[in-house]
This record gives sequence, C-alpha cells and structure tokens, in this order.
Amino acid sequence: MGSEPFLRVQNLTKAFGKVLAVMDVSFDLPRGHALGVIGPNGSGKSTLINLITGFVRPTSGKVFFQGRDLAGLAPHQRVNLGMARSFQMARPFYNLPVYKNVVIPVSSPRSRKHMGGEFGDRDEAAIHLLEEVGFERDSAVPFKKAGELPHGYLKRLELARCLALDPDLIILDELFSGMSMSEIAGILPLLEKIKAAGKTLVMVEHRLRELFRVVDSVICLQFGEKIAAGPPQEVMAQKEVAEAYLGAEVTADA
Amino acid sequence: MSRAPTGFRRERIDRGIKVRSDDIFALASLRDLSYLILPRALPVAALLLFPIVGRGISPYWQTVVLSTLVIALLALSWDLLASAGLVSLGQAFFFGLGGYTAGFLNSGLGLSPFLSIPLATLLGAALSTLLLFPLLRLRGIYFGMITFALPLLCMRVVETTGLLGGTEGLSGLTPLPSRTVELYVITLAVLVTAFVFRRLSTSDWGLVYQAIRDNDRAVVAAGFDIQRRKAQVVFLAALPAAFAGAFVTHRYQFVGMPAFALDYSTMPLTAAVIGGPGSFLGALVGAFLLVPLSELMREFGSLRVVVYSAMLLGFTIGLPEGLFRFAARKYGQFERLAPIEEPSHGK
Ligand SMILES: Nc1ncnc2c1ncn2[C@@H]1O[C@H](COP(=O)(O)OP(=O)(O)OP(=O)(O)O)[C@@H](O)[C@H]1O
Ligand SMILES: [Mg+2]
Repeated sequence: MGSEPFLRVQNLTKAFGKVLAVMDVSFDLPRGHALGVIGPNGSGKSTLINLITGFVRPTSGKVFFQGRDLAGLAPHQRVNLGMARSFQMARPFYNLPVYKNVVIPVSSPRSRKHMGGEFGDRDEAAIHLLEEVGFERDSAVPFKKAGELPHGYLKRLELARCLALDPDLIILDELFSGMSMSEIAGILPLLEKIKAAGKTLVMVEHRLRELFRVVDSVICLQFGEKIAAGPPQEVMAQKEVAEAYLGAEVTADA
Repeated sequence: MSRAPTGFRRERIDRGIKVRSDDIFALASLRDLSYLILPRALPVAALLLFPIVGRGISPYWQTVVLSTLVIALLALSWDLLASAGLVSLGQAFFFGLGGYTAGFLNSGLGLSPFLSIPLATLLGAALSTLLLFPLLRLRGIYFGMITFALPLLCMRVVETTGLLGGTEGLSGLTPLPSRTVELYVITLAVLVTAFVFRRLSTSDWGLVYQAIRDNDRAVVAAGFDIQRRKAQVVFLAALPAAFAGAFVTHRYQFVGMPAFALDYSTMPLTAAVIGGPGSFLGALVGAFLLVPLSELMREFGSLRVVVYSAMLLGFTIGLPEGLFRFAARKYGQFERLAPIEEPSHGK
C-alpha cells in the first residue's frame, strides 16, 4: 500500500490489425495530479484513454488503478471504481431533456451509493451540476431536449456527466475543442476547483495554451509511442515534440 | 386599420378543457372529469364487457377479438423492446417458446392450463432471455436480423430433431373451460401488461433505456451494466409474448411448428407501427385495427402480407407518430385556419 501510484499504466499496447495505435506506453500518475496528453492527430491519444477506461481491450500491457489490476474489468465496473471519462465526440441522450442527461450518471450505482437520495432529489442534483458547469440556473436550457443544444453546451454537458459520478479520476478527451475562448475561460476556474478538491485529471487536448494553464505535466504521443514526458515547458522545448507538431495546426498556437 | 388577409395558415390550439384538465386542481366540472376519464374508461369497460356481451353478437367475432388480443400482447412486448432500442423482427421466437413450453408442461407433465400457462410464461421468458443473452451486444439492424432468424432456426430444430412432436407437433392438449374464460384471461393479461409497461417506461428504470437507445456507450460511461439491463428488458418483454404463446397452445389444444410462424413476427410489428411506437396504447390501437382488417381479407391469402407491408410503409413515411398520438393530439387540440395579415417579406 501507500507506495502504489494512483494510476499506473504499464507497457500498454494496442494493435488494430496492422495499425499500432498505442505502442508500449507507460507512466505513473500520483493522486491529485493533472496530466495532459498531447500529440498530433491519429497519434493514439483517444485509444490510450479507451484502454485505461476499458472501452478497448489492450493487445498487451496493464493498467493499475489505486493499486488494483484492472485486467478483465468491464468499463462500467471501472466507472464504479471511481474513474469517469468524457468522449471526444460529444453525443448526448438526444431525446432526453438536458437535466435528465445528468440524472442518468447521478443514478449510477456509484453515485447512488455516495449521494443517496430519491428520484426527485436526483433531478435537483442534476440541475445543480449543470449550474456548476455554467448552465444558467433559471433559464429554460436545462429543460430543453439535449438534441437542441449548441456544441459548446454539449461539451460542458459531458463534463457535468463526469462530475455526476463523483469520480476520483476524471479523463477528458478534447474537452476544449469546439468551445469558444470565452467558454474555455469560463470552464478553467471549475477545472482548478476540481483539482483543488483533490481529484486527479487526465486531459487530452490540442489547445495547448489553455491546457498548460491546468496541467502539472504532459506526455506527448507520436505514432502511438510516448516520445516525451515532463513539465509542459520542458516537453515543448524538446526537439522530437517540435518535430511531431511541425506542420500541424497547433504550432502557431503553442 | 385591418388589412385584407393575404392567405391562411393552419393554427393548432389546445382546447380550453385540455388546458384546464392538465392541471389536476382545476378539475371543476363533471364535463372536465369526463373529458379526462372517458377516453380511458370506455375502452377498458368495452374490453371487460365484451366476453359476456359479445357472445350474443357473434361467436365468429369473438374469435377475432381473441386473435386481436394475442397480437396485442405481442405488440406490447415489441414496443417495450423498441423503447430500449432493441427492434425485434422475431416476436414469434418468444411466442413459440412460450407455446412449446406450455405444450410440454401439459402433455409431458400433465399440468392443467391454469398451471401450465403461468409456468410457461415464466419459463418461456427465462429461456428466451438465456438464448438471446449472447446476442444482446448486437445493436440496431444486427439485432433485428438475428431476431428475424431465430424463430426460423427454432422451426428447423424442431423439424430435424423431431423433438416435442417434430413436424406433427403436440396435440390433444387440455383446453381452457370456456370461451368466456379464455376471453377474460387474455383481456386481463393485455390490460395488466399495458398498465405495467406504461408505468415502467416512465419510471427511473425506464429512463435508463431511453438513454441506451440514444447512446449506449454514454450509459456504460455512467457506470451501468447495459448487458444486464438489456437482459432485464428482454425478460420483461418476453413475459407477455410467452404468455400469448402458452395461451394459444391451450386454445387450439395444439402446438407445432406454426407457433414460430412469420405472422407472429410481422403482425405485432405492423400493429405497433400503425398505432405508434413508444406509448403501448398505440400498439393496442394498431392491433385492433390490423387484426380485424386482416380477418376481412382472409380470402386474399398470403397477399395480405402485401397489405401489411404497404401499411407499414405508409405509416412510417406518412404518420410516423402513429394513429394513437395523432388521435390524442386531435382530441386535445383543434385546428383552424388563421388569416395571415402581413405578407411575409424576403422569404
Ligand atoms: N476502432 C478502431 N479500429 C481501427 N483503427 C482504429 C480504431 N480506433 C483508432 N484507430 C486508429 O488508431 C490510430 C490512433 O487513433 P486515435 O483515435 O487514438 O488518435 P488520436 O490521437 O485520438 O487522434 P485525434 O487527435 O484525431 O483524436 C489511428 O490511426 C486510428 O485510425
Ligand atoms: Mg482522439
């Protein structure tokens, strides 16, 4: 005990046919840390997240969460151990009202255990969470069909669905993409608050400048391989990283 | 200063009585009350009285109502599955398993219909769930295709192995005491199923299925075991379908390969689509329209399938909300042509 890292990724490899999407990636993440995962398009970032959360089975390698080997655990079981994730493609429950989208995770086995409460209380909890991610309280937005939400709202809804699980580890796949500068500015303090509450964060991002305001360290992937790791400025200073990003749209931004 | 109207547009307005009766505290008059209660009470009363009154009218139409209620049960079952995103093209699978289970319990173990029907309902549903379980990962059209194939597969298994009477089937089974008892048994089954399914689908439990239908991965990411959830809904949906099979077995005092016939798959699906999926009452409306209609067309033989298909096509394109929601809307609203006074600019 004790010396176990909060999250340990050990030699994770995933091959889709001949494509090596993730190749021998390892890292440790202490509790309360915020890690950024960067890399050009198709470098395996989303696949890495799918491997950690169990949505994709590894070809080889292991994941340990709070000292526990996750091999063979289904995604929903991992969620109930305390890891929440958002999806790169924000797809809500289109036909449900926005707040019911959050009632679903609020009713999950894990949050029911943590928060208790009845059906009606869950509606209240859901609306409260939406408020936290920046939905105006007394507007009609939480009661609209989720299919009618604009993209920026969808991303924040994804975040609310994660928070509803009361997780220890939050993994966000490109939360910022599709959000306006002002929307991101609105969400940064919330991310700070999440960190201050002792949650551990993993963020996949292309928006590096905004990412570096949140994370303590980053790893950079290229063709599925981890090519650099460390504090943001150090990683960006490395020649391999600059080369990986050369020509990519992010260079101007960083 | 009134301008000459430049045209007309259709306006939909909630009837005052609907607005008032939507709010329970505003129920003032008997008229409001009957507006609310009659559309619910009348069909139920008609169903409950029919077994007694209908005998005087026509024994033939009593059998038609029996068949209608059988299809109604299968359509309710279909609608529950569809509400969880599982589109079944093979309701005959559940029907046949229930039917054969009842046949076996009666002919093999000598159980009376009053034991074999409830037991076959439970066992048939359990067996269906068990057999479908490995296939629940399939989504959308793939689930539909596999359910389409299952009853055909069952038929072949019975045929080639000769199990359960093989091509001959099991005959000489115990009938239910009388036509009136038959009618009451199936009527109650339909009413209970419709009531329970409607309740379930608007509950907390039903909400998860609406979510699964929209985006199952996000439900997994919310910590739900969707395999288990789907198994639960399959079991529940299989109950009325297996019941229908068991009931028909005792009604005909026979069960054989026709229990897996295509009609038991296509009729419920068509009924639910005509009536409108998602409300359960739509499935009932659809069954009461489709089955008597297909009785009237009996002389056309298998050409009837063409009529089903045409109706399916017509309703999915022309009235996707189905007859029930359409009628409910008309009942609560009226339309009028309102004059358009301003000519619309720049459109
Ligand atoms: N389910 C899959 N089947 C086959 N190949 C896949 C699958 N998922 C991902 N890949 C491939 O794996 C590689 C890594 O994809 P991944 O989505 O992990 O990249 P990414 O870093 O998240 O990219 P982006 O920044 O565009 O989101 C790509 O070459 C992709 O085509
Ligand atoms: Mg990605």
